[in-house]
Amino acid sequence: MSDPSETFTVKSSRSLTEPRAVRWLLTGLALGFLTLFLVIPLVFVFVQALAKGFSTYWTAIIEPDALAAVRLTLIAAAISVPLNLVFGVAASWAIAKFNFRGKALLITLIDLPFSVSPVIAGIIFILLFGRQGWLGPWLAAHDIKIIFAVPGIVLATIFITFPFVARELIPLMQAQGSEEEEAALVLGATGWQTFRRVTLPNVIWGLLYGVILCNARAMGEFGAVSVVSGHIRGLTNTLPLHVEILYNEYNFAAAFAVASLLALLALFTLAAKTIVESKIRHHPGKTTGKTEG
Amino acid sequence: MSSPFKQRSVLPGFGLTLGFTLVYLSLIVLIPLAGLLLKTATLSWDEFFGTLTSPRVLASFRLTFGAALIAALVNAVFGLLVAWVLVRYSFPGKRIADALVDLPFALPTAVAGITLAGLYSPNGWIGRFLDPVGIKVAYTPLGIMVALVFIGLPFVVRTVQPVLEDLDKELEEAATCLGATRLQVFVRVIFPAVLPALLTGFALAYARAIGEYGSVVFIAGNMPMISEITPLLIITKLEQYDYAGATAIATGMLLISFMILLTINLIQRWNRRHIEP
Repeated sequence: MSDPSETFTVKSSRSLTEPRAVRWLLTGLALGFLTLFLVIPLVFVFVQALAKGFSTYWTAIIEPDALAAVRLTLIAAAISVPLNLVFGVAASWAIAKFNFRGKALLITLIDLPFSVSPVIAGIIFILLFGRQGWLGPWLAAHDIKIIFAVPGIVLATIFITFPFVARELIPLMQAQGSEEEEAALVLGATGWQTFRRVTLPNVIWGLLYGVILCNARAMGEFGAVSVVSGHIRGLTNTLPLHVEILYNEYNFAAAFAVASLLALLALFTLAAKTIVESKIRHHPGKTTGKTEG
Repeated sequence: MSSPFKQRSVLPGFGLTLGFTLVYLSLIVLIPLAGLLLKTATLSWDEFFGTLTSPRVLASFRLTFGAALIAALVNAVFGLLVAWVLVRYSFPGKRIADALVDLPFALPTAVAGITLAGLYSPNGWIGRFLDPVGIKVAYTPLGIMVALVFIGLPFVVRTVQPVLEDLDKELEEAATCLGATRLQVFVRVIFPAVLPALLTGFALAYARAIGEYGSVVFIAGNMPMISEITPLLIITKLEQYDYAGATAIATGMLLISFMILLTINLIQRWNRRHIEP
């Protein structure tokens, strides 16, 4: 895509880029930095995971507590991702397709969970539902456990992953405007048909992008979940918490074995993200509405 | 007739979607956060202010905000460099490098934590070279900075990169034609254009680093007064059932985070005014 400008640059003037030595130096520095901080840690996880042989690795993964952690992690993601997806679609429809007062404030509020420390995300639910919390006595009287139980973990995960889908969709739908939807409505489509046939196909890759990021964070969240979990083995441990327990027991091979599952999830996330990004870029008119309009 | 609240539109679903948005936002975010502020309001002034100014809390604030600041500065420098190299130069493996930049977003923080602790411990892959020359990284404040640099890495790259891509080459050509050297073009033309994005990325990395917990606790050493970050101190207070203390510190942190968020918004507004006059 950048070919025409590049050939023009090279032909017209050499000084439009840096001398070759500077280019190599800068590239080397940047790649060195990325290797030190990204590549080496990634390789380290898998080397440590397999350091004591494949059978140790496999044992650590199929151990009942590890499998229980896998299950809880999947449950937390399976509840929080769809909820935040529905929210993201609703919020972006309201924000992108209509003008109303307080819109800027609403967008800021939706972003709030990103600027709150995960630990604070945990403590707010303890203050609400914990034994000494606002609803604690009522919950105890009705024998409902939220803190140090699965519901607390799910709630903390929903809070942490709250903005992901919405923040991808809002700018995308804003850039597209609402002429296409208006045309569909004039031609007799219902609101739901308009959304499904006109809006959704236009934003589907952006939506998928948000879901991928949301899912990665939901499965990987540590701080917030750690505060509300109570660390009960086999019951309230997610995968990241299970990694922590194994590591603190100096069972490094097992800790890195379980961690390698999460690292694989991260690699899968990066691959899916890259594919979706190229789809977004190759749908002209989908994201460039702003500059063209 | 448009109401004072909402402009008229032919599209349906405004009430439904906005209603759902507000209810869900309130239930998940606003009411729980309000609970924290309400709890803070029940503390006496001594409980609140006394907790925040106790030596251990102050030491944790200094460490958390200081280490986060240094890490964000490192990220600003190297983030700009990485973004520049990814946009302007071509080299083998560029697409992989580009995709890998987001690893800190995708890798669970606990995994990052145990990995960095393992790498930088005195007999780890990297620590074994640093230990003989007297540089101790793991279980010191330096280790905290390493973890925070890792966590904040994508923010600056991903905010600066699109701005560099959209940068008008004609401006650089004009400056070059008028006799500017390459360095002058960078300092006078390119840098001012990416500065707002750089500041935004810096602020985002800083905000993230302040609240970070998972990647830090494993490498920090967690010694009170020396290498104990504020989020860890909140958890310690919770585990001691000191809810008042935990609440006070959490509210203090929250207020500072909001101020940073406000700053980011101001930078972006200023940025938009400069780009779209």
